[in-house]
Amino acid sequence: MTDKFRIAIVGSGPAGLSAAAHAAKIGVSHILLEKTDHLSDTIYRYQKKKYVMAAPPQLVLRADVGFEAGYRETILDVWNQGVAAAGANVRYNAEVKAVTGEKGDFTLTLTNGDTVRAETIVMAIGLQGNPNLMRCPGGDLPHVQYQLDDPTEYIDEHIFVIGAGDAGIENALGLAADPAQANVVGIVNRSADFSRAKDANVANLMNARDAGRVSTFTEASPSKVEPGWITLELPDGETRLRCDRIIARLGASAPRKFVESMGIEFSSASKDAYPKLTPNLETTAPGIYVIGALAGYPLIKNCMNQGHDVVEFINGNIGLAPADEPFLAKKLQHLPGEKSVSEWAEFLRDKVEILNGLSLLQMREYLVDSEVRFYRTDEVIFEKNSIGSSLFGIASGSVKVEINPKDPSITVPIGTGSIFGEVGLISGRRRGATIRAAEDTIAIEIPRKLALALRASVQEARETIERITTERGILQIFGSGLSPADIRDVLAKAEVKEIKPGEAIIREGEENYDIFIIRRGSMLVEREIAGKPVFLSYIPAGQVTGEMALVEGGRRIATVRAAVRSEVIRLDGNLFRVLLNRKPELVARLRSDMSSRRKINEFLEQQKGSITGVLDYYNSVARFLVEQGVGEATDVLLIDERLCVGCDNCEKACADSHDGISRLDREAGRTYANLHVPTSCRHCEHPHCMTDCGPNAIHRGPDGEVFIDDTCIACGNCERFCPYGVIRMEKVPPKKPGLIPWLLFGAGPGPGEPDDAWKVAHAGHGSSQKKATKCDMCSGKKGGPACVRACPTGAAIRVSPENFLSVALLDRGRE
Amino acid sequence: MAKQVRQANRSDVRKHEGFLRDGNFRWLWVALALCATSIAAYVMIDAEPRPRGGTMYGYIMGTIGALLIVWLSLFGIRKRVITSGVYSLKAWLSAHVYLGLSLLVIGTLHAGLHFGWNVHTLAYGLMVLVIVSGMFGAYAYAVLPRELSLNRGETTQRQWLETIRSLDAQLREAAQPLDRAEADIVRLSTEQTDISGSLLNRLTGQYPNCSTQRAINELARIHRSTPRGSNASLDQVDALLKRKQETLAQARRNIRIKSLLQIWLYIHVPVTFALLAALTAHIISVFFYW
Repeated sequence: MTDKFRIAIVGSGPAGLSAAAHAAKIGVSHILLEKTDHLSDTIYRYQKKKYVMAAPPQLVLRADVGFEAGYRETILDVWNQGVAAAGANVRYNAEVKAVTGEKGDFTLTLTNGDTVRAETIVMAIGLQGNPNLMRCPGGDLPHVQYQLDDPTEYIDEHIFVIGAGDAGIENALGLAADPAQANVVGIVNRSADFSRAKDANVANLMNARDAGRVSTFTEASPSKVEPGWITLELPDGETRLRCDRIIARLGASAPRKFVESMGIEFSSASKDAYPKLTPNLETTAPGIYVIGALAGYPLIKNCMNQGHDVVEFINGNIGLAPADEPFLAKKLQHLPGEKSVSEWAEFLRDKVEILNGLSLLQMREYLVDSEVRFYRTDEVIFEKNSIGSSLFGIASGSVKVEINPKDPSITVPIGTGSIFGEVGLISGRRRGATIRAAEDTIAIEIPRKLALALRASVQEARETIERITTERGILQIFGSGLSPADIRDVLAKAEVKEIKPGEAIIREGEENYDIFIIRRGSMLVEREIAGKPVFLSYIPAGQVTGEMALVEGGRRIATVRAAVRSEVIRLDGNLFRVLLNRKPELVARLRSDMSSRRKINEFLEQQKGSITGVLDYYNSVARFLVEQGVGEATDVLLIDERLCVGCDNCEKACADSHDGISRLDREAGRTYANLHVPTSCRHCEHPHCMTDCGPNAIHRGPDGEVFIDDTCIACGNCERFCPYGVIRMEKVPPKKPGLIPWLLFGAGPGPGEPDDAWKVAHAGHGSSQKKATKCDMCSGKKGGPACVRACPTGAAIRVSPENFLSVALLDRGRE
Repeated sequence: MAKQVRQANRSDVRKHEGFLRDGNFRWLWVALALCATSIAAYVMIDAEPRPRGGTMYGYIMGTIGALLIVWLSLFGIRKRVITSGVYSLKAWLSAHVYLGLSLLVIGTLHAGLHFGWNVHTLAYGLMVLVIVSGMFGAYAYAVLPRELSLNRGETTQRQWLETIRSLDAQLREAAQPLDRAEADIVRLSTEQTDISGSLLNRLTGQYPNCSTQRAINELARIHRSTPRGSNASLDQVDALLKRKQETLAQARRNIRIKSLLQIWLYIHVPVTFALLAALTAHIISVFFYW
C-alpha cells in the first residue's frame, strides 16, 4: 500500500462507518480501518435481539447510512447495506498500532506490520474496544473474556462474572436463565451493595440469588486466576473455587495512552475527561480528528452525524453548520441580541458557572434539550409550590427569591453565573419559593435528567452544584435573617451523607447536637415507649431534623431513621449553637416550628400508661404503610375495607375515564388492619419508572402526578422498574357502545374495562399499538381522581404520607 | 391558591368518612327537615272531607314524592356515568339513602293513610318494598364490609381457589395407597364439592350436604374401628380434608357476605322499575279517569 488516502478512518462504529459512507459519496479518497472482520463491533456484540434506541428525538439524522430505533439485527443489516451501497473502502482485520507523521502525511502502522498513508486521520474508535482489564495474576489467560455474545453458548460450566454493573449482572442472569444449561454462575462485586446497576437488574439478580441460580460475592475481588480455578479475596480471607470461564465486565475507558501518543491532549487529567476538540472536531494534533464516543458522544445518532460532518470539514466545508444548527437557531431566535448559535453557546458556557467545564460541542448538545429564556424585570420564573424539577442557570441579569410568602417584598438575590431551582433537582419536590427576574435576565433551563447527567459527568459542575445547594438548603430552611456570611463557618464543616434505608441518623438518648437537613428521600421518627419502638412521624425531603436537642437542650428524645435511601446534610451542632447565640430570632422560629411535634409527643405521653392498644395500632399501621411504599409516595390510593363493598366502581370509573383501560387493581395488593393498598400508582417522590425511559416519556405533571406521554415506545422498562407493579402494557381497547344502549338493549360490555373476549371480538376498531399505561391522577379533570369520586361508600381515599402518617391515624385507631 | 385547593381535593384525610356520615350527616338533616315540615303541615292543614291525595296538600306531597322517586332512580345512571366534573358518588349515595327514607313519610302522608285494592296502593306498596330493600342494603353496606375484610385477611378469592385445587391434588396423591372404599370417600370430596352451592346455601352460609364434610364424617366413622396412627395415609387424608374444610369455610363466608351485599339489589332495582311503571299508571289514572 503506497497510495496516500485523503482520510484514514479508524474504527467502523456508527461514527466511522458514517464518515466512510459520506467520503465515498462525495468522492473523497478514504480508507476505513476496522479491527475485527465486521462493521461496528460494539453494536455487533450487543445481546441478540436487543432493542436499540434512537435518541435524541429532536435531532435530525444527517448521514448517508440510515438509522432508526430497532433491533440490533435490523440496524446492522441497514448499515452493512448502506456502507456497501455507498461504495466505502473498508479494510477489515486492520488494527492500528501506531501513528507517525504530521498533517498531510501520516503513516498508520497496523498490527500485522502493514502501513497505511493518509493526509488526515479520523479517530472513531469508541470506548468499548478498550475494556478495563483484569489485573490479577492469570488475568491474561485465554478463558478470561471481556464479552458475552450469546449466553446460551455455554453449557455445564462453572462461570464467574467479575464486575456487578449492568453489563455484568445481565450477563450473569443470561448465563443462569435456563436451568437446562446447568451452568454454575457466580458474580463478583467489589463493593458491598449493587449500587452501580439499575434497580431492575439488581432486583432480578437478588431473585436469582434467592432462587439459588446465581451466587453473589460482595466485597470480593479476584486475586488469582488459574486454568479451572479462581481465587477470590473475600472479607474473611481467600477462597479457591472451580471456574471454567471468567467474564470480566469492568467497564471501558478511552485508550488514553494510545490516543495521547499521537499528540492529542485531553481536557483534564480526570479519568472521565475527553480529548480537547475544536468546533470542527480537530484535536490538538493538527490533521487528526476525533468523533463518536471517544469525543464524548455516546449516542448513535450524534456519532453518525459527526461522521458526516467531519468529512465535510476535512473536505474544506469548514462553515458547515452542525445538524442541530437549524433546530437551535429556531430555539434561540426569540432572544434579544443578534447572536449566532455558536455565540450563544459560548456565551452561556462562559457565563453560567456550572457549564464552564463543557466544550462548545457539548454545550450545543446541552442546548438541544434545554431552553434559553429571556425574562423582563419582575417577570415570574416559577411560583412557589409549582411542580418542576429543572435547573436554571443565570447567563445575564439576576433574579430574586421571595423567601416570605406573606410578604413578597422580602427577597434574596441570586446573581449572574449562579443557578437556581436545584432543590427540585435533588428532592423531586415542589418549588420552595417564587422566583422573579430582578432585572432583564437571560437564563438557561436544563431539564432534570440532563442536569443529573451534567452533575455525574463533569466534576466542576458537580462541585459547584453541591456547594450551592448546601448553602441554599441551610438558608432556605432556617429562613429570613440569615445571610451567606452568617453560615460560612457552619457550611465549611457541613457534610453530605448518603443514608441507607433503615439506617439511623439520630438515636434516642444520645448526647449529640448535630442538625440534619434531609435533601433526598424521607425519614421516620420513632420513640421507645414501654419497651417498644413507636412510630412518631414522617419527615419528607426538604425539612430539618435534630434541632430540638440543640434548642431545648438535653438528650435526643427520638430516633430518626431513613425510610428509603436518602441523602442528608449534617451540620455541626457546636458551630450551629454559636450561630443560634447570635441570632435569637432563629431560636424563636425553631421553637414555633417544633410546637406541632411537641403536641404529638405530649399526646403519646398521655397514652403511655393507658391505651397501649392505640399506640400499637398506630405503630403497626404506620409501619405497614411505609412497607407498602407509602413512605416514598407523594399521593397514594388507599381503600378502607371497613367501608368497601367490593363493587369495583373505582376500577370501572378509572377505565371509563381513561380510554377504557383501568389503571388500578382494587383487589390485588396488601391489607393490614382493614387498610388496603391496592395496586395503583403511588406517584413516588423519586419515580422508579423514570429510571430508564428511552424516549424520556415519563414526567411529573402540574398536580404532582407522574404520567407517561404519547412518545412511549412500549419498551416495558418502566413496567420492570416499578416495584409496585402498577404499570401495564396495554392496547387501547375498541370503543364501546354508550350507556343507554347497554342499559336498554344490553349492547356492548357495559361500564368498566371490557373483558378480553370482547376486546378480541371487536379488535380492529381500537389502536393496535401497545403503550405503557398507569394512573395519571386524573390530571386535568376538574373533579379530581375518578376512583375517589366514583366510590359510593367513601372507602377510596387518596392520601399523601405527611397527612396520613400523622395524628389522623391515631384518631382512626381511637374510633 | 386555586392550585392548593385542588391539591387538597386529591388527598385529604378529613374527607375520610363513610357515606352515612358524609358531610357531617348533611343529608340526614335535610331529610329530617323535609319529614318534619311535611308532618307539621299534615297536622295543621284541616283537609276536607278528609286527608287524601286529591287535596292541595296531597298534590304537593304527591309532586314532591314523584320527583323524589324519579331522582332517586337516577342514581343508577349517576353511578355508571363517569363525568369529569366535580361530584361525589358518596354524597349522592348519602342523599339517596336519607331522602329515600323520607319518602316513606312523604308517600304515606300523600295517601293520607288511605289504602285500597287499586293501582294507587300498588304503587305505594312497591315503593315501600323498594325502600325496605334499600334499608337492608344500607345496613349491609354499613356493617358487612368489616366482616368481609376480617374474613379475607390478606388472602383473596383466587388464592382460596388455588389452595383448594392444590389440596385436591394432594388428596389424590395421598389416596393412592388406600383401598377402594376409602378412596371413594376421598373422591367424594375431590370430585363432588360444590364451593358456592345454591342461592340458599350462599345466603345462609349453611352447607348441610357439603361433600367434604360428608367425607370427613365417613372417615371419622372408619376411624372409630381403626385407631388413629395405625394407617398413616388415612391420617394424612384426614388432615388434608380438614384443611380443605377450613379453606372452604373461609371462601364460603366470603361468598355469603358478598351475596348479602348484592342480593337486595335483585329486589331493589327490578321493583324500582315496577314502581316507575305503577307510578306512571297512578298519575295518568288520577288525572284522566278520576
